[in-house]
Amino acid sequence: MNAVSDPGPALLEVRGLSKSFGALRALQEVDFTLRAGEIHALLGENGAGKSTLIKAVTGVFPRDAGIVRLSGTEVALRSAKAAVDAGIATVYQEVNLLLNLSVAQNLYLGRQPTQFGLVREAEMRRNATALLAEFDLHIDVAEPLGNYSVAVQHIAAIARAVDQSARVLILDEPTASLDRHEVEVLFAVMRKLATRGIGVVFVTHFLDQVYEICDRITVLRNGRLIGERKTAELPRIELIRMMLGRELAERTSERAAAQVRQAGELYARFEGYGKAGYVAPFDLALRRGEVVGLAGLLGSGRTETARLVFGAERADSGSATVDGNPVRLRSPRDAVAHGFGYCPEERKTEGIIADLTVRENIVLALQAKRGLAKPLSRSEQDEIAMRFIRLLDIRPPEPERPIGLLSGGNQQKVLLARWLATAPRVLVLDEPTRGIDVGAHAEIIRLIRELCDDGLALLVISSELDEIVTYSDRVIVLRDRSHIDELEGEAIDISNILAAIAASSTIVAEAGQA
Amino acid sequence: MRRLPPVAITAIVFVVGFALCTAQFPNFASTRVAANLLTDNAFLGIVATGMTFVIISGGIDLSVGSVIGFTTVFVALAIERLGVPPLVAFAAILMLCAAFGAAMGAIIHVFDMPPFIVTLAGMFLARGASFLMSTESTPISAPLYSTVSDFALRLPGGGRLTAIALIMLAVVAAGAVLLHFTRFGANVYALGGSRATTALMGIPVGSMTVRIYMLSSVLAGLAGIVFSFYTAAGYSLSAVGVELDSIAAVVIGGTLLTGGQGSVVGTLLGVLIQGLIQTYINFDGTLSSWWTKIVTGILLFAFIALQQAMIGIARRAGPRKAGVLKS
Repeated sequence: MNAVSDPGPALLEVRGLSKSFGALRALQEVDFTLRAGEIHALLGENGAGKSTLIKAVTGVFPRDAGIVRLSGTEVALRSAKAAVDAGIATVYQEVNLLLNLSVAQNLYLGRQPTQFGLVREAEMRRNATALLAEFDLHIDVAEPLGNYSVAVQHIAAIARAVDQSARVLILDEPTASLDRHEVEVLFAVMRKLATRGIGVVFVTHFLDQVYEICDRITVLRNGRLIGERKTAELPRIELIRMMLGRELAERTSERAAAQVRQAGELYARFEGYGKAGYVAPFDLALRRGEVVGLAGLLGSGRTETARLVFGAERADSGSATVDGNPVRLRSPRDAVAHGFGYCPEERKTEGIIADLTVRENIVLALQAKRGLAKPLSRSEQDEIAMRFIRLLDIRPPEPERPIGLLSGGNQQKVLLARWLATAPRVLVLDEPTRGIDVGAHAEIIRLIRELCDDGLALLVISSELDEIVTYSDRVIVLRDRSHIDELEGEAIDISNILAAIAASSTIVAEAGQA
Repeated sequence: MRRLPPVAITAIVFVVGFALCTAQFPNFASTRVAANLLTDNAFLGIVATGMTFVIISGGIDLSVGSVIGFTTVFVALAIERLGVPPLVAFAAILMLCAAFGAAMGAIIHVFDMPPFIVTLAGMFLARGASFLMSTESTPISAPLYSTVSDFALRLPGGGRLTAIALIMLAVVAAGAVLLHFTRFGANVYALGGSRATTALMGIPVGSMTVRIYMLSSVLAGLAGIVFSFYTAAGYSLSAVGVELDSIAAVVIGGTLLTGGQGSVVGTLLGVLIQGLIQTYINFDGTLSSWWTKIVTGILLFAFIALQQAMIGIARRAGPRKAGVLKS
């Protein structure tokens, strides 16, 4: 870890930056200060505004208000290229280099050494080899970049940026697809650059990595600056509190005692279920009339768990039983056949079909389950649609209205109806309340409870911890793509969940490597 | 090194094909046959060189056949009807082609339109314009034309390496240098890799697009001039479908149809393979010349299947997507 002995001079200063997309205020008066020679983590949950801040600073988006100073001079960057020219380089999670060109061409594209108009290939390769050697990377630079791992590609992107005299280096989730060793290599490069006086901004959702390498932390939430701290002075639990915005304590949620009910009979069980590189093997039991909540930070493996359970990704280890019979869930089709339903997180892209009517959206899954050979008659469709419109109070109650014209909350209800129409026995809900106004929010939660009382087994993912605490009978806590804890009954409260997320994972990691 | 394997396969196909022809017709292996192969396919070699740049950059140019037809008519009318000196006519048509290609490139870039549609429009435009000028074949009798067709380097064994064959070889050589050893060439590969990324890396994508289509159209114009030497006439129906022959030559030559990989030398081999089939049919004497198209079609299919297989293998062996630390 780098010691923050002397805070270097401010290299990049952002003051009062605001940015709106239509009615959505993505950033509100955000300040950010990067000092020379430091590694500075920019943290926040989904929608906190990290990416927007980076894009507004580097000129990808125009900003509504606020100023950016580079080494004390105000700059107005209008394009990604202008930012590079000014000395701010950004390396994104998807490598922005050309995999079909050689490593050397990638490093020097557009500025190759030439003589009489011809590229001096040998000189370019020598330079490239020397440049990468500075980053302790010794590879054949004549090979196509695509032949190397993502880590090498990231380092090549960084090398190109630094060689173009970057003073500020922004790394946007560079480690998301790297393994442990590759992360070490990348960190060594980051430390080396920091000692040279380059300011590094590190966006990530791996908190262990933040504590391993960063000098300072800035936290954003809902487009606002929550605070800037020295890493050494910020306990992990405090950091998570800043990110999730819970004054965790005392705020006991409306978790009624009556709610603790007798667990129903076991319906589905997953043992040692997992997929390498996706989610570490986990055990999961789903019982009738029980809500299981999945809690964890963004990227902790919640959605991944849901997709495995639903067969949208194939597990490569473990076994599943439904009603005591071993089953194989190789596709969503298999899962539907065994009584599973899944409302995905991305309602717009994965869930609703905006141009179809409410009725058509509702009968979609049921028709798919029956097969095309047994079409539902129009009167059956009408009857089903009206039944769920009444049951879930979908507004306006017009089955022939295109679903795209409904509000977010009502779209969510239609999605629920789609799966309820198939009479599922397990329903997976991924962020059922995202992007829904407050009133509809409470209604969706009430529906979840009612469904559960009717004997359905529910697996619910949510970033809203108080929401999870309100309706869950059991809560599984995830971190770094593995299930780390399970809370039950009285133990379910926000502070316990936060503590589980915050617990250092060193022990787990070491156990895994041994 | 990265462009070795597909080209090597193309070269092997050519050598094996030549050997098979020689086995059946002993006098096939002569400088005469080799020289004629170059002469008969000179215009195709020139236009396919330009097409190679376009396809590697991720585009396509369907207008080249029509541009060749337009050029032959333009040159024939300018020389025979208007009495323009041939060299002046050549300069004029090449400039016209450059403007035509630049316009297509600019439309593709500025309006972000698919090259397929834009050059398809260019194809109809150029073909239509050549019909407008003349619907009949116009013979060219300028002295320059007989001088050029009389010129040839005599090879041992009776082969005549003609002027147009030499022009083609010079174009291929210059194209290879431009593609493989200049910044321009590196940018062409970059565009084929990813336009967006190339732009992010600070390459002027717009001017590159304009210049690539300009190059293709100018080479199509040059191919048209060469075609007019070859036939000593200008005819609005000449070179119909040549755009497809040249695309086939480029793909058989190992260039990826999706862009980003390929070579000019491979394209030359692709042209020669098509010529070889035609020559075999001429030697045989009983086969329909449409067999050329059939064999070309089979080869094209085989090469595209091969490319897909190689992409698949590369993907499987490629960098893995690791995510979990403890597994």
